[in-house]
Amino acid sequence: MADVTLTPGAGFRRGTASPVTERPAVRLALMLVAFAFLLVFLVLPLVVVFGEAFAKGWGAAAATLAEPDTLAAIRLTLMVAAIAVPLNLVFGVAAAWAIAKFEFKGKAFLITLIDLPFSVSPVISGLVYVLLFGAGSLLGPWLKAHGVEILFAVPGIVLATVFVTFPFIARELIPLMQAQGTGDEEAALSLGASGWQTFRHVTLPNIRWGLLYGVLLCNARAMGEFGAVSVVSGHIRGLTNTMPLHIEILYNEYNIAGAFAVSTLLAGLALVTLGLKSLLEYRYGDELAATGHN
Amino acid sequence: MSLAGAAGWRFSKPSVVPGFGLTLGFSLAYLTLIILIPLAALLLRSASLGWPQFWAIATDARVLHALKLSFGASLLAALVNVVFGTVVAWVLVRYRFPGRRVIDAIVDLPFALPTAVAGIALTTLYAPRGWIGAIFAPLGVKIAYTPLGIVIALVFIGLPFVVRTVQPVMEEIDREVEEAAATLGAGRAQTLLRVLLPGLAPAITTGFALAFARAVGEYGSVIFIAGNLPLKTEIAPLLIVIKLEEYNYAGATAIAAIMLAISFAMLFVINLLQSWSRRRYG
Amino acid sequence: MTQHRRSFLFAAALAASAQFGGIGLAFADTTLVSVSYDPTRELYKAFNDAFAARWKADTGETVTIRQSHGGSGAQARAVIDGLDADVVTLALESDINAIVEKTHKINPDWRGRLPNNSAPYTSTIVFLVRKGNPKGINDWGDLVKDGVEIITPNPKTSGGARWNYLAAWAWAWNQSGGDEAKVKEFIGKLFQHVPVLDTGARGSTLSFAQKGLGDVLLAWENEAYLVLDEFGADQFDIVAPPTSILAEPPVAVVDANVDAKGTRKVAEAYLNYLYSAEGQTLIAKNHYRPFKPDLVPAADLPKLPDIKLITIDDPVFGGWKKAQPYHFGDGGVFDQIYKPAQ
Repeated sequence: MADVTLTPGAGFRRGTASPVTERPAVRLALMLVAFAFLLVFLVLPLVVVFGEAFAKGWGAAAATLAEPDTLAAIRLTLMVAAIAVPLNLVFGVAAAWAIAKFEFKGKAFLITLIDLPFSVSPVISGLVYVLLFGAGSLLGPWLKAHGVEILFAVPGIVLATVFVTFPFIARELIPLMQAQGTGDEEAALSLGASGWQTFRHVTLPNIRWGLLYGVLLCNARAMGEFGAVSVVSGHIRGLTNTMPLHIEILYNEYNIAGAFAVSTLLAGLALVTLGLKSLLEYRYGDELAATGHN
Repeated sequence: MSLAGAAGWRFSKPSVVPGFGLTLGFSLAYLTLIILIPLAALLLRSASLGWPQFWAIATDARVLHALKLSFGASLLAALVNVVFGTVVAWVLVRYRFPGRRVIDAIVDLPFALPTAVAGIALTTLYAPRGWIGAIFAPLGVKIAYTPLGIVIALVFIGLPFVVRTVQPVMEEIDREVEEAAATLGAGRAQTLLRVLLPGLAPAITTGFALAFARAVGEYGSVIFIAGNLPLKTEIAPLLIVIKLEEYNYAGATAIAAIMLAISFAMLFVINLLQSWSRRRYG
Repeated sequence: MTQHRRSFLFAAALAASAQFGGIGLAFADTTLVSVSYDPTRELYKAFNDAFAARWKADTGETVTIRQSHGGSGAQARAVIDGLDADVVTLALESDINAIVEKTHKINPDWRGRLPNNSAPYTSTIVFLVRKGNPKGINDWGDLVKDGVEIITPNPKTSGGARWNYLAAWAWAWNQSGGDEAKVKEFIGKLFQHVPVLDTGARGSTLSFAQKGLGDVLLAWENEAYLVLDEFGADQFDIVAPPTSILAEPPVAVVDANVDAKGTRKVAEAYLNYLYSAEGQTLIAKNHYRPFKPDLVPAADLPKLPDIKLITIDDPVFGGWKKAQPYHFGDGGVFDQIYKPAQ
């Protein structure tokens, strides 16, 4: 079992002769391949976004960001992510625990069901809730009669977001927890720890990076989702417009600089968690490397 | 994991680890509420069509072409991502270089940017007048508004899936295993291929499956770069939107159901293979 | 392992998701939800402010107008599925008819309740070409010349694109003396000259104006003028073909919703205001053709070109109720004749 995890790079000062790294030429080649790929697929699009955002100067971008409709969109997006991510976090940990720590029939089937929302077109992810709660559905008239607003209101947007980001945390944790097996937990239990203690003190430290990645991705996707939310939002300005929808509106109003400025902000917000992760790595990295963990 | 095969049929193998009932129960309840009931509504709606109409939609030349394009481009994009995503993850985990954290950060960009923005940015780059498009245009290679452009958008969309599933597992790799392999006389390439890769295989397969699944359904970024010409660059999710424009909910859900069934089957096979290999080698 | 290290992960996770904030609900005396199609953003931005000011002056009440824009069909669908719109102002009569048929929320006689079949303004389809019209595109027939690339959105997903298609159809119909086989051949050929079918009118406009695709954009007249305003008149020319189609984007009060919310009075006043001198002037300023141009000060009345306009109720089409399924329905004429260029 992977008991001792060394923070990469901290334990070994790799010289060219080290048996656990590649020859310098190979390393260089791998790095160049990775950089070239990232440059073409990630950096250049990002440059385009930034370039467009500030094509008309900082003033134009800032003016868009200060509009009340933009602020309303930012608040709505943050609120939706703040509801959707914790929901999926609890689910993700529970599902990964059940799937990775136990052997049971139909496991592959269950994993596939968890994967399913990824393969559902975002348009459909929104549509399923329209079919379920819309005016023409079975539930629709009842909801209407009782004054419950789901579609074209915040609950619908939250539901669509939860649907789209459903698998992220679970899917991040499952391979990781499977790779770790149950040895650590069994040891802790045999030493008299309770189930909850075992989870908190043994499992959680083991999966912390995976969990963090999962939250990160889930959060980023929750804030960036467009298609599904578009179907259930109603696009009412200042009320049910999330940031991605607001970006579309700005773009369609030929406020291209404004649209890309909000995109830049959205990307920045979504990556806040990553900054946090880097900070934690920086803050605790040495300590982790020095002591390992148990 | 060294559990003996249970005698007779049993739902789950006995384990000393607690919480199986609680976590599985909660997971199933949440799954049912958020995913299964809404998808059941979808399938019910498509079932209202009746078999002959459903079959007519499924075998329509345009639908078939769009499905082939969506699944083909997604497969290609996922394969590209498996190769380059794994290399990127390796470089990020193992090597130290200036700006590593920045690069680590932008890997998540495709999730953070709304898909439409991604589509617009990519189209700007790969259109014949764009920075990259202009390089290829004189060679007679068109990227935007061709199936190639679709693949590019899908590579962009799917990249974080591979990197982010492989990365945590790589970080957990026990260096002692590599040292042991080296001590036993294995070359570096041998260690990588024979020792490390099998350990990473489940994560890589998961990354592939997720990137693939995500690409199949992608709409927002693709419609900008695809050109959307029927029988040429029209993707299946666009056909769903077209059916909706005709207020044809049943037709739209029928295409969605077909896509769902194919995706489900492919994911299921991948997950079965994985479980099987884990039981066998794990 | 210390306590704070164990809990740092949860702290991180919580911090990541604890991005709380309330929604900016603005409480006002009355709120009106106005659901419209895409190209009318600029018009309704100005019109909503003008109406709110007028309503305040006339009644002392504050009215907040919540505006929603999107593709005309998608917007109609949202209303069908329960979006609480008070008024709908859409691109096509058939989209309002869809709401009538599927929900009965709008009275079937809606077209007769306001002047000019409930269309406070009209518009038409024109050509937007590169400066100096290098490809010499002056009429519909010129579109299918060799080497001409046409930008138009997809008629299956865009209301504007349906007007483009119908305008081309009307021209070919007159040209061929009503030979439908020839008309279909022309339309099929026309779409072979289209390199990119965007899903909406604005998408096509940006493909043409910003990305530099194609030689001619088939566009709403108001959209073409807007491009000149936004991207500079030195880059493009507007070409008015001798014949085109009369687009009559209709407006209607959603009866069931206004009665449920008690907003009928203000909703009807809102639509009537579109027909007032102020409303018609704003319409003219946004490059639409006002229904009552005599109400508009001459200075604000743009000199729009004279085009012979054919209506959708012309026998060539027989009205939206017939034209919509015949041309754009599943398996309709467009589906039959569309062949991708090789």
